[in-house]
Amino acid sequence: MPAFHAHVEVTHLPGIADPAGATVERALPALGYTNVAQVHIGKTIRLVVDAPDAESAREQVTEMCERLLANPVIEAYEVVIS
Amino acid sequence: MTARVGVVRFPGTNCELDVQYAVEQLGGRAELLWHGDDSTKGVDAIVVPGGFAHGDYLRTGAIARFSPVMHAVGDFSRTGGPVVGICNGFQVLCEARLLPGALQKNAGLKFLCETVALRVETTSTALTSEARVGDVLRIPINHFEGNYSCDERTLAELRAEERVVVRYVDNPNGSLDDIAGICNATGNVVGLMPHPERASDALLGSSDGLVLLKSLLAAATSRATMLV
Repeated sequence: MPAFHAHVEVTHLPGIADPAGATVERALPALGYTNVAQVHIGKTIRLVVDAPDAESAREQVTEMCERLLANPVIEAYEVVIS
Repeated sequence: MTARVGVVRFPGTNCELDVQYAVEQLGGRAELLWHGDDSTKGVDAIVVPGGFAHGDYLRTGAIARFSPVMHAVGDFSRTGGPVVGICNGFQVLCEARLLPGALQKNAGLKFLCETVALRVETTSTALTSEARVGDVLRIPINHFEGNYSCDERTLAELRAEERVVVRYVDNPNGSLDDIAGICNATGNVVGLMPHPERASDALLGSSDGLVLLKSLLAAATSRATMLV
């Protein structure tokens, strides 16, 4: 079975506070970057999956996101397969 | 009859002995339940105590939720068994979907270790039956992720069903609606960020946590009697 590289990005759902992002946003002007807004901090998870094709790899990684990698109550996720 | 309280221990749990001590000071029997066991060993109530279960890797409580004992805790709770999650235990119960919502990083991004004032909002739960609505209790918090979050619908439901169990008098961490603790629809599963076991003796600076632990023991005793 071919191996697929999956790149998962986990971010906050809209409306859920992102205190780390907000803190960085407040810190950037101190360095002179006064033109920055909407800083969000999330996490990246990379994995390699053996699957018959890209679509089934995506399905499986999406399922992993729902069950473990992200908490759908407060987090959104995006899966990119390559 | 001596009520038996099971105290769950994951790798990384660090408040289990404090909970055990406090329960035993009140005349209960406290037994540690190892996370790898798939049984609650016939106890009458369960505490999921504080700490850093499984190192809090990925998210707080995310891995602990899959420990075999959590299936047994879920089954126990569905039969009406009293279950209380304290601090990390609250986070574990949320991840396990035994309670709604999630605990986020504190709004100020600081680890908070201080004694806070809590207002009791309902007495129809396994943790507050011996208290009175409006009681203000001084109980320590000790957390980095105690900022309760949920969607609007869940919040409306929690309010309408009076499932906010305790609120912060002075919100320390950005928690939605000042929430310090909530319960499930039947009131037998309760999660809270503050540590009642750390306010169980005047020597510790406050004994205000005793009323909560006594409530839990009362729930345990009533379950023990019911099952005889």
